[in-house]
Amino acid sequence: MTNWLITKNNKKVNLLDIPALSISELRDAILIEKKRPVAFFGKDWGNGATRLFVVLADDINGDLLVSSAIFSSDEKSYECLTQDIPAFHIFEREFYEQFGIEPLNHPWLKPVRINQDKYEFFNMDGDEVHQVAVGPIHAGVIEPGHFRFMCNGETVYHLEIMLGYQHRGIEELILKSPSNQLAESICGDSVIAYNTAYSQVMETLKGIQISNKAQLIRKAALEMERAAIQIGDMGAVAGDIAYAMGAAVFGVTRTLVINTMLEWSGSRFGRGLINVGGVNFDISEDEINLTLKTLDKVAKDVDRMTKTMLKNSTVMSRLEKTGTVSSEKAKEIGLVGMAAKASGIPLDSRFDFPDKWMKELNFEKKPFNGVGDVNSRFKLRYKEVKESLAMIRKILSTLKEFKDEPILVNSNTEVQKDAFVISIVEGWRGEVVHIAMTDGNGNLSRYKIKDPSFNNWYGLALAVRNNGVSDFPLCNKSFNLSYSGNDL
Amino acid sequence: MIMKLVNLIILLFVPFLMMGVIKKTKTFWAGKKGPSILQPLYDFIRLLKKDFVISRTTSAVFKIAPVVNFAAVLFAAMFVPLASGSALINVPLGLIIFAYTLSLGKFVSLISAMDTGSSFEGMGASREACFTTIVEPAFFITVASIMALTGNYTFDSLSSILSSAGSYGILITIFAVIILFIMILTEASRVPVDDPATHLELTMIHEVMILDNSGSDLALFSWANSIKMLLISSLIANMLIPSSLGEWMSILLYLVIMFAISIIIGTIESGMARIRMSHVFEFIFIMSSLALVVLSLIVAGMFGTGGT
Repeated sequence: MTNWLITKNNKKVNLLDIPALSISELRDAILIEKKRPVAFFGKDWGNGATRLFVVLADDINGDLLVSSAIFSSDEKSYECLTQDIPAFHIFEREFYEQFGIEPLNHPWLKPVRINQDKYEFFNMDGDEVHQVAVGPIHAGVIEPGHFRFMCNGETVYHLEIMLGYQHRGIEELILKSPSNQLAESICGDSVIAYNTAYSQVMETLKGIQISNKAQLIRKAALEMERAAIQIGDMGAVAGDIAYAMGAAVFGVTRTLVINTMLEWSGSRFGRGLINVGGVNFDISEDEINLTLKTLDKVAKDVDRMTKTMLKNSTVMSRLEKTGTVSSEKAKEIGLVGMAAKASGIPLDSRFDFPDKWMKELNFEKKPFNGVGDVNSRFKLRYKEVKESLAMIRKILSTLKEFKDEPILVNSNTEVQKDAFVISIVEGWRGEVVHIAMTDGNGNLSRYKIKDPSFNNWYGLALAVRNNGVSDFPLCNKSFNLSYSGNDL
Repeated sequence: MIMKLVNLIILLFVPFLMMGVIKKTKTFWAGKKGPSILQPLYDFIRLLKKDFVISRTTSAVFKIAPVVNFAAVLFAAMFVPLASGSALINVPLGLIIFAYTLSLGKFVSLISAMDTGSSFEGMGASREACFTTIVEPAFFITVASIMALTGNYTFDSLSSILSSAGSYGILITIFAVIILFIMILTEASRVPVDDPATHLELTMIHEVMILDNSGSDLALFSWANSIKMLLISSLIANMLIPSSLGEWMSILLYLVIMFAISIIIGTIESGMARIRMSHVFEFIFIMSSLALVVLSLIVAGMFGTGGT
């Protein structure tokens, strides 16, 4: 029996086909593969036993490797993987928190989402070290999170981040009442990405094939979301360095994009657009033309403002060499998505786990030479905006070829039994991973969600080391990670 | 008498207008309409009507600080010539009283920030104290050496330098104006030294020190801060306005200069990013090096051409 079941993105596998190893066998298998973890989560397996599922990504071949291990009711610990592959650190912490099975020798078994008040933060000794505690309630209208800086004067030695204040129990909620409305409310700035991932999981479980038209509309919406958020974040970076003109122009331009989404779906963030079985709203020929016209203006404004900004020496002195995460570190701790790309690791699940359109429309991964500082993340956002706008143009013009297709197909088919589905969607932050399992009656028995922020928060902590404490907000904005996506 | 009254009105109300003009300029560059230039005054009135909250960790220092700071700034204002004529209290070396009364106000606001026990406010106080130690000597070297050159140890010497010292006078005036302008940016906490518009406590300097103040206390702090801006701007105006001008004309010119300074500040804030905290010192040190240039020009002016 092989150690791994090899599958693809959005492909149903039979739960019974997933290898069930002992934990030591699984551990060895993971260490041999040395691949990037995508999911590492438990499920109650009856009689006090727990089954641990692991999904690794083979980004080169576009394969997903699935395996599992069963812990009997008296097995309550195992030798941790983090010591060998640090990227597992957050996954093992989460698994421990959810199932109480302890990864032995884990370097830092800190709570992920619950029991924040019982945790004791690191303490640095020394007369000159002072601590600055920020949050969980902030001055601005952002989500709750606690940040604790160990500083010497203005320099940060170490930052500890504590999250979980937004924990709503999404994974349990979705088992009780799975719906598009719930899926798109998980993370408010990635509505399309989350809803697409959820819908793809449900469609695969139900064996539904949605129309080409619906696929293209989803794809265009995903790129709209990406462009809108990236532009908004460029404005936020400008705002943080007190470059008022940049903040104003990018703010206005972002509004043009999200208002186009409003035209499409009745919601600026695309809520209610995507449904299991397709999409709820068609994009008419007129709307396509209007959108193309608006996007031309957006592209022009973003271009002009970015060039003005990057020519400004006072701006560059703030962005360059601030909050650097080296490529080695990024790889080691398992950064994904934007944060990884900015550090020179070209992870992008749109291209690594492509659907048929990526090939048909000739979308290609373009290289980006990032060095992992705020400047790289800023320029990466600019690059992504340009690429997204080009993609939307192409998608919308292809959309006209499918104008007679339905937007929604019947989704009242039965959910397949004992199934296991992984769906990965590249949201603007990075890979949004949804995994669903069904039991013998065709009911959802486990739903696992992984936001890119889950991997990337630790990257922010590393980025601010040896930077000025006053540069933290700038570093934070350049990552713009999600609290609610992490807290679930 | 009527001039003194006019000066008093200018002292108390023009600071609000200056703040309003800065905001208006920033919104103009951002392509927005922006609030009325009287908005800072409305905000001030709104704050006065509000109740205030005082943290349990504070002591009496926190309660008296806003008043002491405001009183110190007003007292310092008595020694500075404003729109026309001499200062209200025109004494030799009023410069020293002026600088150290302002310092007293700053000292009180520093310890009041520390009094709250907040780590943010401690950081803000430390930054503010650091910058002050660089600003002060540069200011003294500049103004005191101008006084030495003209032989007049009151602030009146500022208005005579341009006409009295020939070509040196013009150079000295240019450098001194730049020095005082950087001083405005630092003391009134404007971009690129500080960002008055930010909500991010970790990056603030002046704003974070008054984070715990609310209601009328906050109103007094922000009023005092904008008056400070007017006072330093007045020194610039006094260097530029020829003393031969009539009283009403010089008031008019004074107001024009105040608005020009506000517009320049607003434009700078729109067109450049704030300097990284660790590099702010280098920016403020421009003041010190220019002050030394002024000093050497004055030495040249006194001895090179036979002195005054």
